[in-house]
Amino acid sequence: MSAAAIRTTGVTKSFPGKRGEIPVLASISLEVERGAWTTILGPSGCGKTTLLRILAGLLAPDGGEVSIANAAGSAGRAAYLPQRDTLLPWRTALDNAILASEIEGRPLVAARARARGLMVRFGLSGFEHHYPSQLSGGMRQRLTLIRAFLADRDVLLLDEPLGALDPLTRASLQDWLLSVWMELGRTVVLVTHDVEEALLLSDRIVVLTDRPSMIGRDLRVDLPRPRDRASIELVRTKGALLDLLLEGR
Amino acid sequence: MRRATELAAPILLLVVLVGAWEAAVRGLGVPQYILPAPSRILISFVARFPGLLHHASVTLAEIVLGLLMGGLGGFGLAVAVFYSPILDRALYPLIIASQMIPVFAIAPLLIVWMGYGLWPKATVAALIGFFPIVINASDGLRAPSEESVELFRSLGATRGQIFRKLRFPASLPTLFAGLKVAVTLCVVGATIGEWVGAHQGLGYLMLQSNALLRVDLVFAAILTLSILGLLLFGALRIIERRVLRWRSLS
Repeated sequence: MSAAAIRTTGVTKSFPGKRGEIPVLASISLEVERGAWTTILGPSGCGKTTLLRILAGLLAPDGGEVSIANAAGSAGRAAYLPQRDTLLPWRTALDNAILASEIEGRPLVAARARARGLMVRFGLSGFEHHYPSQLSGGMRQRLTLIRAFLADRDVLLLDEPLGALDPLTRASLQDWLLSVWMELGRTVVLVTHDVEEALLLSDRIVVLTDRPSMIGRDLRVDLPRPRDRASIELVRTKGALLDLLLEGR
Repeated sequence: MRRATELAAPILLLVVLVGAWEAAVRGLGVPQYILPAPSRILISFVARFPGLLHHASVTLAEIVLGLLMGGLGGFGLAVAVFYSPILDRALYPLIIASQMIPVFAIAPLLIVWMGYGLWPKATVAALIGFFPIVINASDGLRAPSEESVELFRSLGATRGQIFRKLRFPASLPTLFAGLKVAVTLCVVGATIGEWVGAHQGLGYLMLQSNALLRVDLVFAAILTLSILGLLLFGALRIIERRVLRWRSLS
């Protein structure tokens, strides 16, 4: 838990708009602790996803520097999970899960065995040979997350992985995700606009302000896990965070 | 059971139409060399079956070769146009313009260039068939979402891997849609090729029989060609279902 898994210094980014450049990120300096769960929270459209895509190496910052796990240049270094469903419909669940191993040319037999183990362990037992279209929304999201864990990167970048699910499935997947993470470890950076989700899962919550985004608040969550959605501390912090987000509008 | 009811409608319609044809020819006393009755065509079809089969096998080879050439050429063009913006700008208008040229005008040239055999006919078939394949395959290659491409890139995938594991499989559904249109066009193309110059094949048989006023044989050849086309279409659908098994399982 000592060295930083990700370090950004003064990262800025703007996008071309109709009337000149629109600044989206205004100098983001952030150190993400190794093995910890860091959540980036902010109003929609604030540039959370832009920041995450810069961390994933998919977008070059206009200014500033990003380093992941002490290696400069970050493409292919972190496992990135986009917002939209990216399971390949022509592959079975198992073959979707081993995509990263296949791309890296790792031995497939071992990758399949390991993926099968994880699927059994984390609630997808019996669905190994189903196609994504045969799975429920919740199961598809579990599979997507298992695929991200199987990419074997130190850092997982999750962009609202539970955003498209109904509230019940979402709540159960929050618990599931926490249990997977507690068992498998990894440095996680989660982007969400759901305050409760952030409080349930994170070691640390970084609140971004509205565009151009800066770090508005950096908050450590020291409650023991698993956390109770209805506990007084959680509800109170949730209220304070919501006030902060609404203030920024 | 559902299949049976699905087939019932077209068969019933066909029976009604053929029945009306038979009745009209008999009732009006139309001479055989103008329009033979369906029963007469059927008799010729059965009597000349071995010969028809031989001509059909020649035409089949032309269609299949034409479809393969058009398929590979069309898909290759789609890939080239997809990856090279310059080629896209240069080739796309030409590809579309090529469809305005009547194949009938080119077919005699192909005979001059390639001789009397299989190749000019297959080429005519390919020239007609490649167009829907280019258009559909281009759409298919563009089908994967930006997010999917980013996922691959974030995993360190090369351009080749993104093509093989993402764009190519994603393009298969539309590629098959294009192939199914193309196969019917290839049937027409091969026949045109045979009309222009051939010594065997169903198109050749039609032309010869027409000259001899054996209209019953012209129709027998058309019947054989239709059956051939339907069989090819059916074969493509079976292959499609195999390859795209994931689509029928949802």
